[in-house]
Amino acid sequence: MERRPILSLKTGLLFLLPALIFITIFLIFPFLWILGVSFTNQTLTGKGALSPEFVGLANYARLFNFETWLTRGNFGNALVITAQFVLGSALIGQVGLGLALAVAFYRRKGIVREFVYTLVILAWIIPDVVVAFSWIAFLDRDFGTLNQILSAIGLGRPDWQLQQSLLSIIIFNTWRGTAFSMLLFSSALATIPPSYLETAEVAGASAFQKLRDILLPLLRGHILTDLILITLWTFNTFTPFLITGGGPAYRTELVSIYTWRVAFQFFEFGQGGAIAVVVMMINFVLALAYLAMLRRQAVYT
Amino acid sequence: MRRLRKFAGSVLFYLFVIFVTAFYALPLLWLVFTPFNPRATLAVEIPAQPTLDNFREVFGNTFAMRAIGQNNLILATGTMVGVTLIATLTAYALSRARVPGRDYLSYILILFSSVVTGTAAMVPIFLIISAMRLIDTHLGVILVFIGGYVPSAIFIMRDFVDGIPRSYEESALVSGATPWRVFLDVALPLVRPGMMVIAIWAFVHAWGAFLVPFVLLRSPENMPASTAIYSFYTEAGTPNITLVSAYSLLYALPVLVLYLLVNWRYGFRFFGGIKR
Repeated sequence: MERRPILSLKTGLLFLLPALIFITIFLIFPFLWILGVSFTNQTLTGKGALSPEFVGLANYARLFNFETWLTRGNFGNALVITAQFVLGSALIGQVGLGLALAVAFYRRKGIVREFVYTLVILAWIIPDVVVAFSWIAFLDRDFGTLNQILSAIGLGRPDWQLQQSLLSIIIFNTWRGTAFSMLLFSSALATIPPSYLETAEVAGASAFQKLRDILLPLLRGHILTDLILITLWTFNTFTPFLITGGGPAYRTELVSIYTWRVAFQFFEFGQGGAIAVVVMMINFVLALAYLAMLRRQAVYT
Repeated sequence: MRRLRKFAGSVLFYLFVIFVTAFYALPLLWLVFTPFNPRATLAVEIPAQPTLDNFREVFGNTFAMRAIGQNNLILATGTMVGVTLIATLTAYALSRARVPGRDYLSYILILFSSVVTGTAAMVPIFLIISAMRLIDTHLGVILVFIGGYVPSAIFIMRDFVDGIPRSYEESALVSGATPWRVFLDVALPLVRPGMMVIAIWAFVHAWGAFLVPFVLLRSPENMPASTAIYSFYTEAGTPNITLVSAYSLLYALPVLVLYLLVNWRYGFRFFGGIKR
């Protein structure tokens, strides 16, 4: 027999009310509002501010104008840069390094682990602008620590901000976000019964075999969860703006920075709205893919 | 053979540790040394004569101090209180009342909050906050923070509430207490650790956030440290590195202290359903 609930449905809904109000105003409503705005020529000042007109799909047509699409400072260009950024810093960087860290410190305790974990977590929790300034100093061509080291071992002084700007923010974002994957994989590994590995060791399995045949299959679900969350976050992050400002010459203009430039530097809300809708659609597809994978996972287990 | 393999494994492990330590520590060295250097530049120099003068300059700068001591504090505290109250109420209701679809609700919420996020979400949110006449107010920023953080907070809180036994609440109900009294006097004391976690989590996020205040706040006297720091220029028009470095450390300090507190009190680990 199921127990009587402690709260009646009516009281329960009353408790839910504040959250529902906030979620409606700041999650559901923005989505609908911006869908509407994206079909208008609304701007902050001037004629478009007072009486925005319905322009149909004009903003979307401008966004997907394939003649200029891939040229600098346009949407396609931003998408291509973002794809490289997500592939490099999220899929390879954060998930790869996070997995490597979790596996390397699996069944290890003590001061080395505490020290390394603390460093990685610090990089994750220090405020955005603080790490951004620290990285600007680190990457500086003439005075930065990185080039001091490189030139000391005879590798010269590359201008990271100018010549390797995309690589710079990919490395930065790997550094910034790996902690999440590391912690997720560590807590997942901690739930694996030691007997699994002990049996394999008795049978003479090598470290690589243990990783490939025991740890990785057991981590599959967590890797999927991690991949999709990290992809969503990396796709939407704005922090690289604090290091490069999207430059030089739009070479690090991620979709998030492009959106900001159109909507908040030029205050073209109609056009910015169209971008926002497309970005949210991409987010939505990623989230759906995640749900589908979770469900498949649930069928297997 | 076995010992050789073990030895090779150790060497590989320590090489990896050295690499990771260097990768993580080197970019932060600047933040450690420069604030104490009388001639602060972008270079990392261990100061020959460490000084606290840079901090004295920061403390003497009313604009900088108001940003951190007043604006940041208002934004982070307001967000913390709002998020903690709302998430606790919601998680409790989802756990204790038979709301239809309650098991999916927190998942849907967290997914939806990852869809309506970042700069894309700031476009409509700017327009909504404009329509509410809350542009350039702390209240506007706090409301947006609460809206953005509440879904994850509910997700984390749900685990804590589900973890406390129902029997205390049941016996209180039997002795005639109202649901509201049961929540306040019986359930709340039991979920206090969860509320602490949520509160610290929300505070740290709001404290460090850049994008929302950057878009919604206009006048310098309302700005928190994350945007105020960009107005620290010398008379020559270059960034005032002395001020920026000392201020950065000061600004990061509460986050570091809270991290140590959480690590010592609870152990830094994952809360909530992510561990499945």
